[in-house]
Amino acid sequence: MKSRLAWRKFVNAFMLTLTGLCALVSVSVLLVVLGYLGWNGWQYLTWTFLTHLPAPVGETGGGMANAIVGSGTLLLIAALTGIPTGLLGGIYLAEFGGKTFTFLVRYTADLLNGVPSIVMGIFAYTLVVLPMHHFSAWAGGLALGVMLIPIVLRSTEDFLRAVPMPLREGALALGASKWKAIATVVIPASIRAIATGALLGLARVAGETAPLLFTSFNNQFWSHGLNQPTASLPVMIYVYATGPYADWHRQAWAAGFILLMLVLVANIGARLILSRSSPVLRG
Amino acid sequence: MGNITNPGVMIGVPGFGRAAEGPEKEAPESVMKISVNKLDFYYGVRQVLFDISLQVQEGRITALIGPSGCGKSTFLRTLNRMHETVRAARAEGEVLLDGRNIFEMDLVNLRRRVGMVFQKSNPFPKSIYENVAYGLKVNGMTRRGLIEEVVEKSLRRAALWDEVKDQLHKSAYALSGGQQQRLCIARALAIDPEVLLLDEPCSALDPIATAKIEELLFALEGTCTIVIVTHNMQQAARVADHTGFFLLGKLIEFNKTDIIFKNPAKKETEDYITGRFG
Repeated sequence: MKSRLAWRKFVNAFMLTLTGLCALVSVSVLLVVLGYLGWNGWQYLTWTFLTHLPAPVGETGGGMANAIVGSGTLLLIAALTGIPTGLLGGIYLAEFGGKTFTFLVRYTADLLNGVPSIVMGIFAYTLVVLPMHHFSAWAGGLALGVMLIPIVLRSTEDFLRAVPMPLREGALALGASKWKAIATVVIPASIRAIATGALLGLARVAGETAPLLFTSFNNQFWSHGLNQPTASLPVMIYVYATGPYADWHRQAWAAGFILLMLVLVANIGARLILSRSSPVLRG
Repeated sequence: MGNITNPGVMIGVPGFGRAAEGPEKEAPESVMKISVNKLDFYYGVRQVLFDISLQVQEGRITALIGPSGCGKSTFLRTLNRMHETVRAARAEGEVLLDGRNIFEMDLVNLRRRVGMVFQKSNPFPKSIYENVAYGLKVNGMTRRGLIEEVVEKSLRRAALWDEVKDQLHKSAYALSGGQQQRLCIARALAIDPEVLLLDEPCSALDPIATAKIEELLFALEGTCTIVIVTHNMQQAARVADHTGFFLLGKLIEFNKTDIIFKNPAKKETEDYITGRFG
């Protein structure tokens, strides 16, 4: 009896140590990556980096202004295509959909969410780049937009479902039509949460490289218009980090730092929005 | 639009201008506001209401009592077709509002005429003012002065005005439970419904808040037909002119409240009100 108790105590202590250790490892890996990137990136971040075009091959100096603007353009196209589609689709799933069709859409969205991002690139390549015969911001933005759809769709659906049923019934009982109830009560009650989901989704696709490699491609100069190859931060990092020059490596660090900041700002923004969310969803 | 000053015409709510003429104290004894004939109700294949027939008198308070799960809330929800929000719910039979079958009416129009207050108060996550103004706005009223007027009148009718008049633009969630429930009543009254359905409106409230709501029901008597579902038999005895007793999906007995409580015809009714089963 005594040995049994000792064994149970040992197992308890052992599992506690093991889980604690793994938690520590996860956190420290994260901190090392963030710290290393932050330290190097901050060091090499200069005003020139933010405001100048890349220097010609072989020369030092220059910046990535075109890639920063390019990433912004791509994200804008992605947001304009992916967010409305995902949002309205999510509203349909949560509020209108029949059983079978809803299941089908939700399942497809989850599948789409798990599709490797390079496949999204191929999709956009076939759909946009091949018919147009050249790389473009449209193609890259569209690839990111398609990636955004399932993220926004599922988060919108989840947040709408979290709005209590009596709230809908309250609106319907006052003579509101179903859409009116959704538009004036259900969506406003969850809009902050929905915006947070969209923002986090955008932050996630902002760092994607694979779908951009053969859609928006890259550009050493300013791209004139959305039909041209466009530089972006992730692709620039890929090219510069694998390049042969020490100066390129430094610039890649700085670009990585900018991307990190973007994700950080989006996350903090999302938390701020959510913390001021309506009491309905916070429960 | 020569009639723009008449709010009833403007927002198209039948009887909107009615209350302005002053409350009528006595409705004629014989006027039936709602007639239910042979109503059966199903959730999928499960039948939950069996052959219900009853008459609701205009301007009076009708209470529905019975143990949990007896179908009284389901019955109430069919009266403004709120059951249609539940998939696979199906009502068969006839429900007449002023002689017209509600199942053939326009849903939005029906719910404007037949308002509802729910068991748990469900204010919208908006300001107190916006809550009461909601029904007016979705029904097309746009003139601000008029909306303000109706909001005040509705809050007064719900006996909430004095408590909230200085904080109309605060969130409705800042109110206490009893105040929230009266806000929901004010919200329902704002579009001046002809019938008000209340689904156990006091079940989450303390006795003081309950007393306020009951006073409110008395004040509404005459201007509004009220159907109230309640667990609380004393409440039914206090407020209702007529009472119906439901058991296992059937309407066992329906009569004047006095008779139901003092001299019920059926043994089940007597057993229930004397607390002999449950």
